[in-house]
Amino acid sequence: MSLPQVDITPEIVAEHGLTSDEYKTVLDILGRAPNITELGIFSVMWSEHCSYKSSRVWLKTLPTEGPQVIQGPGENAGVVDIGDGDAAVFKIESHNHPSFIEPYQGAATGVGGIMRDVFTMGARPIANLNALRFGEPAHAKTRHLVSGVVAGIGGYGNCMGIPTVGGEVNFDKAYNGNILVNAMTVGLARTDKIFYSKASGIGNPVVYVGSKTGRDGIHGATMASAEFSEDSEEKRPTVQVGDPFTEKLLLEACLELMATDAIVSIQDMGAAGLTSSSVEMADKGGVGIELELDKVPMREEGMTPYELMLSESQERMLMVLKPGREAEAKAIFDKWELDFAVVGTVTDTGNLTLKWYGETAGEIPVAPLVDASPMYERPWEPTPSSPVVKSEDVASSLSAGAALKKLMASPDLCSRRWIWEQYDHLIGGETVQTPGAADSAIVRLPGKSKALAVTVDCTPRYCLADPITGGAQAVAEAWRNITATGAKPLAITNNMNFGNPERPRIMGQFVGAVKGMSAAAKTLDFPVVSGNVSLYNETNGEAILPTPVIGGVGLIEDAANSVGLGLTETGLILILIGETQGHLGRSIYLRDVVGKDEGAPPPVDLTIERRNGDFVRDLISQKLIAACHDLSDGGLAVAVAEMVLAGGIGATLDAAPPGMGITAWLYGEDQARYLVAVKDEKAVLSAAKAAGVPAHRVGISMGRSLTLPGGDTISLEQLAKTHEAPLPSYMAGETWN
Amino acid sequence: MKAAITVFPGTNRERDMADALERASGTRPTMVWHGERDLSGYDLIVVPGGFSYGDYLRCGAMAGNSPILRAVKEQADRGVTVLGVCNGFQILTETGLLPGVLLRNAGLKFICKMTHIRCEKSAAPFTGKLTQGQVSRVAVAHNEGNYYADDETLDMLEGEGRVVFRYCDDRGNVSDATNLNGSQRNIAGIVNKRGNVLGMMPHPENAIDPMAGGTEGLPIFQSLATAILA
Repeated sequence: MSLPQVDITPEIVAEHGLTSDEYKTVLDILGRAPNITELGIFSVMWSEHCSYKSSRVWLKTLPTEGPQVIQGPGENAGVVDIGDGDAAVFKIESHNHPSFIEPYQGAATGVGGIMRDVFTMGARPIANLNALRFGEPAHAKTRHLVSGVVAGIGGYGNCMGIPTVGGEVNFDKAYNGNILVNAMTVGLARTDKIFYSKASGIGNPVVYVGSKTGRDGIHGATMASAEFSEDSEEKRPTVQVGDPFTEKLLLEACLELMATDAIVSIQDMGAAGLTSSSVEMADKGGVGIELELDKVPMREEGMTPYELMLSESQERMLMVLKPGREAEAKAIFDKWELDFAVVGTVTDTGNLTLKWYGETAGEIPVAPLVDASPMYERPWEPTPSSPVVKSEDVASSLSAGAALKKLMASPDLCSRRWIWEQYDHLIGGETVQTPGAADSAIVRLPGKSKALAVTVDCTPRYCLADPITGGAQAVAEAWRNITATGAKPLAITNNMNFGNPERPRIMGQFVGAVKGMSAAAKTLDFPVVSGNVSLYNETNGEAILPTPVIGGVGLIEDAANSVGLGLTETGLILILIGETQGHLGRSIYLRDVVGKDEGAPPPVDLTIERRNGDFVRDLISQKLIAACHDLSDGGLAVAVAEMVLAGGIGATLDAAPPGMGITAWLYGEDQARYLVAVKDEKAVLSAAKAAGVPAHRVGISMGRSLTLPGGDTISLEQLAKTHEAPLPSYMAGETWN
Repeated sequence: MKAAITVFPGTNRERDMADALERASGTRPTMVWHGERDLSGYDLIVVPGGFSYGDYLRCGAMAGNSPILRAVKEQADRGVTVLGVCNGFQILTETGLLPGVLLRNAGLKFICKMTHIRCEKSAAPFTGKLTQGQVSRVAVAHNEGNYYADDETLDMLEGEGRVVFRYCDDRGNVSDATNLNGSQRNIAGIVNKRGNVLGMMPHPENAIDPMAGGTEGLPIFQSLATAILA
């Protein structure tokens, strides 16, 4: 059991992803050369994934505070006050690189990881969501990746018994070599029973629980911090394998132990495993931690300290217990048939000390390891602005009705039923608004009338054209989707997916998105409470579209007052809230019908966004609205088509306003707009007038078909078939027409 | 009504089931951990949905051989009412309390949706509050719900009136188009010969609330409450 001796050569340092400057800092901190285990620890702690070295300087500028915020970024998840002593605990996280290499396990462990982040804080997960980006349907790998990712997300979440209630999916060739799998979990805790990671109490036992440690996922964090190339397939061994059954047991065991007062602090082992969990706990507490690595439960013989510190085996937790409570805690973990081992103690040395059968296997001062982690102000270039597309210049040979059919069958807008029917979205019996039924999923709190509204949103093509507008729009759309159900938006979590930050153009996209996001979060009182950054999403120099995904959470006091988007009765008046200019630049119509992905995205006026949304929410609370849908991809025409399909009643739209072309009217993607279905047209229009909000009657619900201005009519059956058929038939092997 | 819900490592719909039984009967059932060997004193034993022991061997196979299932079998043999839903149905077939097996869905994918089932037989204790032919909208959520038995067994089940539920459309039509998982003869639920053990794949416990899933699953639990309290 002697320690392996490895010479630290410049090649070995380079293989660990450390620059020569970074390695020099390591030498300064230690006052000597590191051994291989220590080098591995520096390598993962200073990886982009763990240190946020390119993004930190900008992330600090995001608004993170508000009276509703109990815990902002920096813990395992964000925590928001939802009244009556209840708290919503949530975070989004990417598992992009592993999911491309091994889609089922990559996506599954992404879901497992984010759920662990949430229940580590003492919260029982009540909802999962996901934001997915795949390459173009025609790409050879896309079908396989969609199939594996969806099965992996379902496989993990279904077994855990947590409903997967919402999500979004885009297809674009920019993701051919780098798909995005962003998973979000929302949990519930009591405000006085939130658990944090700060270690304290010199001499307190450090305890390891959960699965045994194996050799899987070693250097996963480092992989996630580099670009892909042709040989990425060889990185498959760095992908972890998930076991949702064990995680279910870990969830129940942790919550059972948390109901006692035996825990001082707790941290899940995610990226960089035992290393980042022990270092973060020690750093937050300003203490040292000594680990006896030979006590760590191991899956196989012959593992080294290096492997134990870097393994990313799943379903593991590290905690500090109050002294003398070990037996009580162990009894709970024995009941759930999980490993439980006292593996160390909290010390006053300020060092991370590693022991291996009594011998010292490493000793690193924690504060410098964390504080001296590199932080770069990478050079960046602003994205050049694109010209505004004039709507009169947009021409297509397709009629309004033919264009609608094309869009409703397109990869980005067709029904996602094939996906969400593979996710158990009904377990728990609290899913008040199911996938496709409303702009946000609504999940009620068990035993209560209040509910959370949850959504994930981003429009990458806007972000590519104008990252500032795109970043603001992602926040605004999440806010709007929560508002459209009647809920009050509370806070967001962000998942920043970008290319290589060492390229000024890419860094400029990141900076722009943060700026837009900041402005929107401020104006909409929608602070960022947690998040994740995924950079280097590039293959052979081709970057993904900038994709800053926003996960939003809102609260509705009575779930019974939430509204869906379906037209469920005849004779409802359709009123369009907000102003329509007919902005077609970067619209899905321009891209998918005309074949031009160009121009400036629709401007986002946050003050108007706020005014219109507050007005709509107020109408919903006054029970004046039967159905509500925000206008986004595909504008008015797609919105009304989705309302018709969701409710099973047809609609007829009135003529376009004078002076407005039919394409601009139906397919423009102007922001801050909602389509509402109401019984009392007068009441709504006069309220709008009083509030200074533009509102106009645009149609009526009736019949069994959708009639567009100009007379194009599509039967409900045909519309449903057009919308529902493409994804299942593509997944069955058909080419996408 | 004294009801027990068995809980295995990996069980995950036990709370949903408890809510449904409480709503129908007014009494919260007892959760019984899988290590228990004695289930005497209960009027109703429910084996709920989930992934018992991770379902890593074959769905329900390990739970079917667990000590608590011997206790369930003992009580079933004494005439105690036993309900198995989803993973519970799989487990009851593994123990031999019910004939047949649940294979992987014909579409090879997990299916979660609201669906319709038709009551084929109105009888205490499970369907006393339903009429024959009544259609109920309930949830399904499973990967292995494809009911299979040989023709002889199927004919016997039909002949003895033991097919209790079939997958159908909203008007009660039973056809291949309404057979969401490939089950033989659209079977969604069956009882044992004595009529005191029911296994079904759909989740009536997720259809007990007007706001989430509707209330068409509730009559099954009201049937149980009435039959057992009577």
